[in-house]
Amino acid sequence: MNLTGAEIIVQLLERQGISILAGIPGGANLPLYNALHKSKIHHVLTRHEQAAGFIAQGMARSSGTTAVCFATSGPGATNLLTAIADAKLDSVPVVAITGQVPSQLIGTDAFQEIDTYGMTIPITKHNFLVRSVEELFTVIPEAFRIAASGRPGPVLIDVPKDIQSQRYEFSEWPEPGKTIEIKIDNSKEIDKAIDMLTQSKKPVLYVGGGIIHSNASEELLAFAHKNSIPVTPTLMALGAIPYDDPLCLGMLGMHGSQSTNIILNEADLVLALGVRFDDRATGKVSGFCPNATIIHADIDSSEFDKIKKVDLCIGGNIKEILTKLLEKATRNERRDWINTVSAYKKQYPFPKTFPKDLLHPFNIIRTVDSVIAPDSIITTDVGQHQMWVAQYYPFKKPRTLLTSGGLGTMGFGLPTALGAAFANPSKRIVCFSGDGSILMNIQELATLADYNLDVTVVLFNNGHLGLVRQQQELFYTRNYIASKFITNPDFKTIANGFGIRSFDLAHETDVRDVLSRALTEKGPSFVNVPIAPDLNVLPMVPPGGSNTESIGE
Amino acid sequence: MIKQTSTVIELTVYNHAGVMSHITGLFSRRGFNLEGILCGQIDDGSKSRMYLLVNKDETLDQIVKQVSKLHDVISVSVREDYDHSIFNRLHEFIIQK
Repeated sequence: MNLTGAEIIVQLLERQGISILAGIPGGANLPLYNALHKSKIHHVLTRHEQAAGFIAQGMARSSGTTAVCFATSGPGATNLLTAIADAKLDSVPVVAITGQVPSQLIGTDAFQEIDTYGMTIPITKHNFLVRSVEELFTVIPEAFRIAASGRPGPVLIDVPKDIQSQRYEFSEWPEPGKTIEIKIDNSKEIDKAIDMLTQSKKPVLYVGGGIIHSNASEELLAFAHKNSIPVTPTLMALGAIPYDDPLCLGMLGMHGSQSTNIILNEADLVLALGVRFDDRATGKVSGFCPNATIIHADIDSSEFDKIKKVDLCIGGNIKEILTKLLEKATRNERRDWINTVSAYKKQYPFPKTFPKDLLHPFNIIRTVDSVIAPDSIITTDVGQHQMWVAQYYPFKKPRTLLTSGGLGTMGFGLPTALGAAFANPSKRIVCFSGDGSILMNIQELATLADYNLDVTVVLFNNGHLGLVRQQQELFYTRNYIASKFITNPDFKTIANGFGIRSFDLAHETDVRDVLSRALTEKGPSFVNVPIAPDLNVLPMVPPGGSNTESIGE
Repeated sequence: MIKQTSTVIELTVYNHAGVMSHITGLFSRRGFNLEGILCGQIDDGSKSRMYLLVNKDETLDQIVKQVSKLHDVISVSVREDYDHSIFNRLHEFIIQK
């Protein structure tokens, strides 16, 4: 065979099973696009490279398989950075392929030259600058292997234009890069964990994104129920246990319910599975679970003792660890502890009441849930609306919430919803957003219109950067600065301008009927929901405070 | 002056442009101290040996774990048995021709 570097890349992607990818062409990746012209891979042209990165994330987060995005050199690559950093912090398998100026021009400050390799070192799981066309045969499969093996993460491959154009004679394709299952002998640790569990009177499961990544929800539920252990999911694990499961405590930490944080404070054993003791979950670390022995299980051993010294570490795949724990754990009803937990949940109901105002976010969130199918996928942007969704949306299944947890990227919601829609064409995708966040990637309404996807944006519009305003109110003596927008655009008109069915609940009387039409009729839709500007996300633990110091409702 | 509390991390890494950036980038991003680096090719030149002079403190465990995760790093070991005074006497080894 005699192919160009670009054709080799595209065919290697096909061999990896890639059927769709998002990106934007430019000078330094034109050979790649020329090769795509002849490929079965469908290319989604976005309006900003960051959105291409988030579309890849939407596909990867909702399906669990590695997804791909393309960008050109210079500004194409810098625009992609935020989406890559976001994938790194939430461990999402993405392969980004960027064009680079021709090899002989590297280092000369050529047009649209930027040190993509250097800039992506700290935000990727691994990155490559391809130095020769032969290297593509190892680098492309290796990138897919790295992205999906162990703790998943983003990999970037920077390919100079001359290497994309260069012809190369070869006889054999390499094997596609496959996920390598990490085998760690942890039987001793498992036995120790079972001993500790047997001795414990008040255990709690603190579970994170690792449960979702390893598809371990069923094992988690079976284990929790067999031994009667209450479960608190982090933001990244919402949906791993149904919200209405009697053992589900809801999210912990900064915006978790007070009962959950009190229960954790009282626990004598915490089983931390697939978590990284993020500060938003733990609050002040010294005050986190002060009465508990802690067992930490994770596939990434560098997470052990990183934030908190624990009593037992179990390395390995969470699904396998849970399978073993389930097998070895005895049935235990733990009546006293379960009664104590229920008493706390009753004492601190969450929320205390649902407000009467139908446009209140809690009610909108519950109405959306009641209208759409239970396997629908929710994406969020970042801010108050994100926390309200995390607190009040009744998640029942894993991979039904796609949210930017680690990086907290405003602008995440809409393009990620597009990616989820590409990977799940039969499902309704709902993007909850705020008027601050949506404008950070609103241009993607054009891409949404291109494909007529079943994506609905539900916009909580308070004319503010609500979470900033809230912190200024609570912690900065109401010195409001740069948290209120001077003007607030007419989002219904904007969405209409993109050719998207749009609604404004400010002018509607039957809220449920409008949401039902927006969410069940085919194609995209946009719903503006005016909300009171002075609402706060509560409870809230002051930044740097202990979880038990939370400010209540 | 090299502190008594220093120790040496010995690395074997794949030798290509960018490996040094990965190592030093990790130290700066995670806020680890790096007091000295010695590096040179080994074998047929496809690999390099690196000696990192670091503080012997509570971050050492994290440094080793994080460096081990880098894909171009083949092996990592903490060498308490090494005399690291060479880092203070480098001038003795760079001899004028």
